[in-house]
Amino acid sequence: MKTISHPWWYNLKYLLVGLILGAVFVKGEIISWFRVQEMFRLQSFHMYGVIGTAVLVGITSVWLIKKFKIKTIHGEAISFQPKKFSKGQVIGGIVFGSGWAMTGACPGPLFVQIGTGAIVVGVVLLSAVSGTWVYGYFREKLPH
Amino acid sequence: MMKEMMQQPLPWYVAGAIIGLVVPVLLILGNKHFGVSANFRHACAACIPGKISFFKYDWKKETWNLFFAAGLLAGGVLTTWFLPNSGMDIAPDLVADLKPLGINDFGKLVPSEIFSWQSLFSLRGFLILVGGGFLVGFGSRYAGGCTSGHSIMGLSNLQWPSLVATTSFMLGGYFMTNFILPVILRL
Repeated sequence: MKTISHPWWYNLKYLLVGLILGAVFVKGEIISWFRVQEMFRLQSFHMYGVIGTAVLVGITSVWLIKKFKIKTIHGEAISFQPKKFSKGQVIGGIVFGSGWAMTGACPGPLFVQIGTGAIVVGVVLLSAVSGTWVYGYFREKLPH
Repeated sequence: MMKEMMQQPLPWYVAGAIIGLVVPVLLILGNKHFGVSANFRHACAACIPGKISFFKYDWKKETWNLFFAAGLLAGGVLTTWFLPNSGMDIAPDLVADLKPLGINDFGKLVPSEIFSWQSLFSLRGFLILVGGGFLVGFGSRYAGGCTSGHSIMGLSNLQWPSLVATTSFMLGGYFMTNFILPVILRL
């Protein structure tokens, strides 16, 4: 498979995609603590609509990319890795869901919340990094 | 008129469609897979890898994702400065549920009773902000991804382990929101 190495500033295009997504997270209220509460209390359809639509668009896009063997803009092949089942998806998944419900933000919205001026969320972010570190430290001892 | 329109929240189907389009855009721009929580691991690998094999890899190859996360943050800044929403309709049921739990600020994206420095130094705020953040970082890596990596990217690629993960996210969220969080909020 062809992979090309690029100068660092090629990464700026990902910054732009992140910027657009961050704006949509604000305008679509995805980063709202209240919207996440509504979702988990089954009090509003909003977040289900957002995630459901995103998945449908994603499934269609991936299907089209595979069907027409679409390449990257630099001519590289687009590859997909199958996900392997592990108990972590259940245990870790429940742990992650609990954290999401408390902070009202999964990892993407964490960054956006800080951007909107909720600087104290920086502490949540640092805590999330330390949670990942602790996972790495105990990884061998945890059931997978 | 135009300004008023731009201050309206995006409907769920528009927001959802754009989020879904991030999947093919990242793939076509450079065969990149949507997944934000990997950045926590990259941060560990870059700053505090210790002797942990899980953090010994060439994180510099994943710089694109750190740029992506920086973009998310910048998107939050720019939207708040130039194009904030005029307000938000919160489900009346939620307002009724939260008021007895000490949440009265419904005017912002996050309630100031929890998301403030003052709150951080209270038991309730500490548990939610520091505890919640820890669970997000620990759980997402243990699950091998978060909402973007599993629920959006994984499901888009029809991976059943991602469906297992997504179901577990929701179960954990339901349980925390309805049974544990109300107890913490009363602290």
